[in-house]
Amino acid sequence: MSTDSITWPHTETAAYPLVDKLHEWVATVDHKRLGILYIIYALVFLVIGGIEAGIMRIQLIRAHNDFVSPQVFNRMFTMHGTTMIFFVVMPLVFGFANYLVPLMIGARDMAFPRLNAFSFWLTAFAGLLLYFSLVGANGLYGAGNAPDVGWFAYAPLTSRTFSVGHSTDFWTLALLVSGFGSIGTAINILTTILCMRCPGMSLAKMPLLAWLNLVMAGLVILAVSPLTAAQLMLVVDRYLGGHFFDTQAGGSAVIWMHFFWVFGHPEVYVLVIPAFAFASEIIPVFSRKAIFGYPVMVAATICIGFIGMSVWAHHMFTVGMSSSANTFFVLSTMAIAVPTGIKIFNWLATMWGGKIEFKTPMLFCVAFLFQFLVAGLTGIMLGSAPFNWQLGNSYFVVAHFHYVIVGAILFTIFGAFYYWFPKMSGKMYSETLGKLHFWLFLIGFHLTFDFMHIPGLLGMPRRIYTYEPGRGWDVWNLIVTIGVFFQALGIVVFVANLVWSYFKGETAGSDPWDAWTLEWSTPSPPPAYNFAVIPTIKSRRPLWDLKHPADPDWKYE
Amino acid sequence: MNATYIPLQQPFTRELPSRGRVGMFVLIAAEAAIFTIFVVAYIFYIGKSLTGPTPQDVLAAPIFYSICLLSSSVTIHLAVKALRLGNIGVFSRWWFATTVLGVIFLYGTATEWHRLIYREGLTISTNLFGTTYYSLVGLHGFHVVVGLLCLTLVLAFALTGRVKQEHAYRVDVLSLYWHFVDAVWVVVFTVVYIVGR
Amino acid sequence: MFVLAVTGAIFAIVFSLLVYAVAKFRRRNDDGREPPQVYGSNQVEVAWTVIPILIVVALFMATARVIAIVQKTSPPSNAIEVTAIGHQFWWEYRYPDLGVVTANELHVPVSDPAHPSLTFLKLLSADTDHSFWVPRLGGKTDLIPNHPNSMWIDPHEAGLYLGQCAQYCGTQHAKMLLRVYVQPREEFDRWIQQQRQPASISDVVSEGRRVFETTACINCHAVAGTVANGRFGPDLTHLMSRETIAAGAAPNTPESLRLWIQKPEAIKPGSLMPAMELNDRELDAVTAYLETLR
Repeated sequence: MSTDSITWPHTETAAYPLVDKLHEWVATVDHKRLGILYIIYALVFLVIGGIEAGIMRIQLIRAHNDFVSPQVFNRMFTMHGTTMIFFVVMPLVFGFANYLVPLMIGARDMAFPRLNAFSFWLTAFAGLLLYFSLVGANGLYGAGNAPDVGWFAYAPLTSRTFSVGHSTDFWTLALLVSGFGSIGTAINILTTILCMRCPGMSLAKMPLLAWLNLVMAGLVILAVSPLTAAQLMLVVDRYLGGHFFDTQAGGSAVIWMHFFWVFGHPEVYVLVIPAFAFASEIIPVFSRKAIFGYPVMVAATICIGFIGMSVWAHHMFTVGMSSSANTFFVLSTMAIAVPTGIKIFNWLATMWGGKIEFKTPMLFCVAFLFQFLVAGLTGIMLGSAPFNWQLGNSYFVVAHFHYVIVGAILFTIFGAFYYWFPKMSGKMYSETLGKLHFWLFLIGFHLTFDFMHIPGLLGMPRRIYTYEPGRGWDVWNLIVTIGVFFQALGIVVFVANLVWSYFKGETAGSDPWDAWTLEWSTPSPPPAYNFAVIPTIKSRRPLWDLKHPADPDWKYE
Repeated sequence: MNATYIPLQQPFTRELPSRGRVGMFVLIAAEAAIFTIFVVAYIFYIGKSLTGPTPQDVLAAPIFYSICLLSSSVTIHLAVKALRLGNIGVFSRWWFATTVLGVIFLYGTATEWHRLIYREGLTISTNLFGTTYYSLVGLHGFHVVVGLLCLTLVLAFALTGRVKQEHAYRVDVLSLYWHFVDAVWVVVFTVVYIVGR
Repeated sequence: MFVLAVTGAIFAIVFSLLVYAVAKFRRRNDDGREPPQVYGSNQVEVAWTVIPILIVVALFMATARVIAIVQKTSPPSNAIEVTAIGHQFWWEYRYPDLGVVTANELHVPVSDPAHPSLTFLKLLSADTDHSFWVPRLGGKTDLIPNHPNSMWIDPHEAGLYLGQCAQYCGTQHAKMLLRVYVQPREEFDRWIQQQRQPASISDVVSEGRRVFETTACINCHAVAGTVANGRFGPDLTHLMSRETIAAGAAPNTPESLRLWIQKPEAIKPGSLMPAMELNDRELDAVTAYLETLR
């Protein structure tokens, strides 16, 4: 808190009423506070989304189970997907970007602090709007509840005919509003990085995290806007009698798919590129080596950004596109494997010849490497259209994308939590609890998502509230469900660690990891103004230069 | 360790772009993406309506009103130039002209829509052409309205003597938005009144 | 299989390298100095860019070949043509050349590799998106309204093949099951002949037939040769030739048939079959009537 880091002699800080403390947080425009607000908001929704997943898995633990009705199950998978993507991972990504980017580039705040706050509150409100559907979607005819159209809401299921009541509207509006918030944050990130770097920090000397967030923000601008457009069109269809997706009037259900996936695919890069950013900061520090091949890492990320805008229809291989279209999208999907694979090699080479310390952040990042490798390979398999004709829309796909989102993205986000927790709170977390969280979650993750590939291979489609016995899917679903309990336990340990350490942890100091980027040169937590004097830097690792004056980085870059 | 002071080794000069311009360009990129999707939908649905009036039947290219809108880009440019030189009076006049031209354009859209709805029977729910036409032109019109609101605000400030030469930068950033709105109209006009017919 | 082999090999190599790195380069108790800082290596980086590009090209060529084969095959003259229409939550099948309309259980002739007899399916939808997926017969293709698709199958072994709808289509997506009977040619021809007959009329069940034809049943269902010609629900002319009802949600027994008519919610909650509000006597009569529709 800003008042804590300056103590005036002969005075005591006056007792600070809770109301004023809360008001400070609600009215803040400080990027660090907004970052923390995003992160806490996301954690709450992580638990809610996890409960939704738990409900689904209990329902699927055996064939013909009746734990929940089909209507409830369909709402669960819709809400689980929508919540996790828009109100968990995106806020986490924006939260960390908000907190870290200005600190790492030597700036005092983001370019547009008030826009920053506005964007956060838009996103926060949108999440509440989505969940209000549980209460408020009853409309005039008593129909509706939480939306149940799936997180990608294919037309014409979302038309007034097939989705009665207002649940779909809550989905549409929540995503519209949060989309505006996302675009606002992306404008901020882009402008901050392009305009507010400290002296000496050319684009080539930025930390990789800054580069990757730059690419991520660019993707948000280009990707979230198509979703906004599609949502507007859906609203026109549902409320003004429009026919954008009205197949009875000659409209096209397929065009919704195109518009959605033009958003949906770059969206997953929006989610994963910051995960790469965290890995690119954590792995070097815990291997005690500079990142291997910085220029290529930047180039590969920019490539991923560009190619990622051209692969979207690999979500539509079964829709009946022409063979030329299918072939093109196979090509672009396979092409994107090259820059992505290169990054794995670069991280591996960073570790190679290093002196690896397996603290909790590094444990999560090493697991990320293994898991992202597998996820990428199953992605290549799915990118081959004939393979996709069998396995698309099956549990193989569900396993693949959870391997990316949980196994790669969430794992690095956990790593980021542990790595930057000392900076954000001033306290060290408990390493024992951190390792316990890691192992519990690792076991649960693999129990659930490794075995989930098998029902997919055996023919189990996704989004089904129950399945027939005798298809050979039963035992695998059981194992998958068991893994959920381990993951839940891991999350409990995680949250307990955060809370306990915040109050009782050891003081962390400004640089507990002996790291090299600018945020570690500030006190923990940093004061509101970040830096007493804006630093001037000469290399990509300014603190390495200070700690190794005989052998500074700028001699080699 | 407190904030680390890393001394300058040698004089370092650089010119970073300014926040306002960069922010506005990024916003324009996002808006361009939204418009692109509506344009794609419009083009995709050309000729696919199952019923109802076709573009050939009912559309009449609003040449005069388009000239007004596009001229407003010229007038706003002249306004900003004047303000940079400190000519508040000239600035106010050109700014006023820009606003008037924008309003005339909106009036043109309104009359065209009135004709289409009440004389030709084309509404947003009539057919695919109606849906895509009103959505695309309407989305553009909405952005014109927002722009005009901002322009009017600045006009009010100007007329009450609150706009000074040092505000030229901010007014210039706003004019970027207005130029974008005009550029979108060039695309929309081409797609709707030339290609679509 | 090629794709699997390539990705498997990549996995094995990179996985081993990762395991090796994690094991060999742990920090050991030492002088605490930093290891040599290596910022990059042009040769290594070029190598691991070029090799993946070559792998990608190989995978792409293999894939493109298969796409071309599957998508460019057009129906040979002896192919069986079926139009499959997806509904919420059942499958309608029409054999236009053979004059047959049926529901939920698809019959096709087995194909001899020496003289293939393919079945071509034209895929349409009456409402939302669906997807036809019988894994052992081939990949899935979607049924999308206003977007006709087509696929073909070439089954070499007779038997019953199971599948289900693979594109979320609403509440009962999970119970839109597929049953494909691949039969020897003679059996298939016999089945076709039987399906082409109008409904059998028996005086014993005239009461049930009366209930059927004077209640709303005929608004949705068709029974060839009678006044019932509704198209919204499955064609019931040869209902008893099927092993299941409600698109596989229940076995085709008198008890489950009666329950289905009385209370569809009990079998498939959210399906579009309404509870018919018949009394017990009417229910028994209608069920008995339907039991004669072989």
